[in-house]
Amino acid sequence: MKKTKKIKIILNGKSRSLQKITSVYELMRSLKLSTDKVAIELNQEIINKKKIKNLYLKDKDKIEIVHFIGGG
Amino acid sequence: MKDFFKIANKKFKSRLIVGTGKYKNFSECAKAIKYSGAEIVTVAVRRVNIVDKKKPLLMDYINPKKITYLPNTAGCFTSEDALRTLRLAREIGGWKLVKLEVLGDKKNLFPDMIETLRSTEILSKEGFKVMVYCSDDPLMAKRLEDSGAVAIMPLAAPIGSGLGIQNYTNIKIIRSQTKLPVIIDAGIGQASDAVIAMELGCDGVLINTAIAKAKKPFQMAQAMKYAVIAGRKSFVSGRISKNLHGIASTTNKGII
Repeated sequence: MKKTKKIKIILNGKSRSLQKITSVYELMRSLKLSTDKVAIELNQEIINKKKIKNLYLKDKDKIEIVHFIGGG
Repeated sequence: MKDFFKIANKKFKSRLIVGTGKYKNFSECAKAIKYSGAEIVTVAVRRVNIVDKKKPLLMDYINPKKITYLPNTAGCFTSEDALRTLRLAREIGGWKLVKLEVLGDKKNLFPDMIETLRSTEILSKEGFKVMVYCSDDPLMAKRLEDSGAVAIMPLAAPIGSGLGIQNYTNIKIIRSQTKLPVIIDAGIGQASDAVIAMELGCDGVLINTAIAKAKKPFQMAQAMKYAVIAGRKSFVSGRISKNLHGIASTTNKGII
């Protein structure tokens, strides 16, 4: 197997390279996003925001971070 | 007289719900909400802007502790999308009171009632309190009630059309057959439309475009606030019967 230090994920519909061992918590920190006003979905499943420190991202993971915007 | 607007056992003073879309910016939106006196506002769920993190946040302008956020599924065309959206909304901050809208027709934005019914059933079972945007069909409204909806929200006319209430009879029938609050959602254009909705016996009105896109949104927000109050008071006061001929307001007794 080829050893690589990077993985590629799809974040909000866009491809993004990450270090191989990155948790969702670290991703949120690097994006400077606080968890209290968002919801996070990993591969179509809502994840518990309290458990993101131990949740590591894998290659080809699809992650969606959503919040509230104005709407009718 | 205490006349509360009750939804899923929560009491509100204002019977006007406003949308937060289509404003120039959040500060205009927040000011319009103030003028409208609304205690409930609809909000949408969308992707966070990863690139531009300085973009203002709705929650910084409209405090969810003071104003009840009503997450809505605007833009969803399938039950799956609507369920996904509301489950995410609940995760953002624990919202259980939600507004379901599953559209079926891109041109008229009419609700797909089959998908809407299906979603209402599932969401109710998951513990959501579902307020449901629907067609002005009394049979469908009844089925929504049986599926666990907490409020029936028939359209007055297509979303954003500003045409006002098109089918008085159906709205009256929907009102008379249900114990749930009936809230007119979509199609209001001017204050008199809101008055009529309330005079038909509706429990509330939801307005977005008519306020946000008025030339003077703050004044229109105020107009809608008073229209809803006027219509409600008119409805509960018991109007006079209609007469074909004139009936003098002044007695003839003592006439000179």
